[in-house]
Amino acid sequence: MEIALPDQDATERLAARLAGLARPGDAILLAGDLGAGKSTLARAFLRAAAHDRALEVPSPSFTLVQSYDTSLGPVHHFDLWRLDGPGALVELGWDELAEDIVLVEWPDRLGSLRPADALEVTLHDTGGDTRRATIAGWPARL
Amino acid sequence: MLRPVLAIESSCDETATAVLAADGRILAEAVLSQREHMAFGGVVPEIAARAHLEHLPGMVARTLETAGVSPRDLGAVAASTGPGLIGGLIVGSGFAKGMAIATGVPFVAINHLEAHALTPRLPGLVEGGAPFPYLLLLVSGGHCQCVEVSGVGQYRRLGGTIDDAAGEAFDKVAKLLGLGWPGGPAVERLAREGDARRYAFPRPLLGRKGCDFSFSGLKTAVVHAVATLPAGALPRQVVADLCASFQAAVADTLADRVGHALAMMPQAKLLVVSGGVAANQALRAVLEQVAAKAGVRFAAPPLRLCGDNAVMVAWAALERLRLGYASPLDAAPKPRWPLDAEDMVIRP
Repeated sequence: MEIALPDQDATERLAARLAGLARPGDAILLAGDLGAGKSTLARAFLRAAAHDRALEVPSPSFTLVQSYDTSLGPVHHFDLWRLDGPGALVELGWDELAEDIVLVEWPDRLGSLRPADALEVTLHDTGGDTRRATIAGWPARL
Repeated sequence: MLRPVLAIESSCDETATAVLAADGRILAEAVLSQREHMAFGGVVPEIAARAHLEHLPGMVARTLETAGVSPRDLGAVAASTGPGLIGGLIVGSGFAKGMAIATGVPFVAINHLEAHALTPRLPGLVEGGAPFPYLLLLVSGGHCQCVEVSGVGQYRRLGGTIDDAAGEAFDKVAKLLGLGWPGGPAVERLAREGDARRYAFPRPLLGRKGCDFSFSGLKTAVVHAVATLPAGALPRQVVADLCASFQAAVADTLADRVGHALAMMPQAKLLVVSGGVAANQALRAVLEQVAAKAGVRFAAPPLRLCGDNAVMVAWAALERLRLGYASPLDAAPKPRWPLDAEDMVIRP
C-alpha cells in the first residue's frame, strides 16, 4: 500500500492510525534513509499510544532502545543504526521486549530475528517536507 | 580522613579506571577507547560488554600500581551505574562491587551524568573554583541538556533535546559524508577548510522560549543538500563547506539556547560545558562568547576529562562520600537515570 504524506501532520496522522491498530506482540518496522522521517513517525506513534502530545521521545540512536509505558502496554523504540547484525540484539533483551510492542528503526539489521508477521513502513523522502510511505503486512488489519 | 578512591567507567564504549586521593588529586588514570567499534560505525553493545570485561581486570591492576595504592589502602570503590548501555554497566558495577566486598570498603554507585556535572569542581581544574550554583551544558553523543547544578545530588534540568543529541547529529552527518566514526573530530577538521555560508542550514528552535534543543531537522537539511549534488564522490571542498555550514548551525543553536538557559538561571555565575562535543574548539569559542556576554565565567574541562573517563566518577564519589553517602551493594545498574531523579537527592 502506498500513502502520500504531503507534510509532517500527515505522517503524524498515519502514526496515530497505526497506534490505534497495534497490540502487544506487534513489531512495527520503520525503514528509510537518514532523514526520511522514521523518528518523526515513531515519536507520533508513541505520543498517540501514550495519549500525551508532549511526551518526550529522544532519539534512541545512542542507547539503542528506549522504553515507554503507554495505554497499549509497554512500547520499545529501537534504533539499530549502529548495529551490524542481530547478534547484539540478544544482549538488548530483544526476545523479551518483542513480547510487547516494538518500533524498530533500521530493521534491515534484524536479520534472522525479523518477525514474520511484522508491519513494515518504508518512508521515502520526496523533497521538502513531503514523504511517501510504503506499507506492507498486517493483511487482516489494514 | 578519607582514603583513596578507585573508580570504573564502562557506560558506553570507553573502559576507564582512575584512582584519586581523598583531596581529589589524580593519582592515576587510564582510558581505553574500544576502537574495534569503528569498524561497525558505532557502539555495539555486545562487543562493548565483552571488551569491558576483557580489559577491566588488567586496567584496574595497572592503575592501582601506577597510583602506588594497594587494594587494602582504598577507602571506597565507585562505578558508573547509569545511564548507559546495560551490558557495560553490569560489567563495571559488578567488578566494583566485587572489589568493595573483597577489600571491605563502601561501594558508591555514580550517575554518569552527575560525574560530568561535578567535574569542574575537581581541585585546580577551574580558575577560581566552581562553587554551586552553576549552569551545566552537557553535550555528547547521547546527551544534550542544560542543567542547573545547585549542589551534590541537586540538579534541575532546564531543557534538553527533543530529538537527536548534538553529538549524534555530528556522527550522522559524518557518516552521511563518508567521514567515518567518531564523526565529531572529522567534521570539525574539515569545517576549518570550509565556507560556513555556502549552505543555509536551519537553526532549529532559535529564539524559541526555554532552552530545548532539536537537531533532527538540521540533519535532514544536510541530507537534502547532499541529495542535490551530482552523484559520485563529493569534492573535498564541497564536503568542507557542508561541514562548516553544519557546524555553524549547531554553534548558533547552542549559543541561542544556552543564552536562554543563563537567563533562566540568573543566580549562575559560571557556565560549564562538558561532554564529548565540548572537545570541539569552534563550539567552545562560541559558548565562551555567550558566557562573556551574560557576564558569567566560562569553564570547560580539559579535553581528556570532557569525554567519558573514570576520574570524574571517582571525584563524584568523593563528593558523595564527604556528605556521608555510600550505596547499598544491591544498587542496580540503570540504562535510564535522569539527573533530577528522586534517588539522586542525598538524604540523611
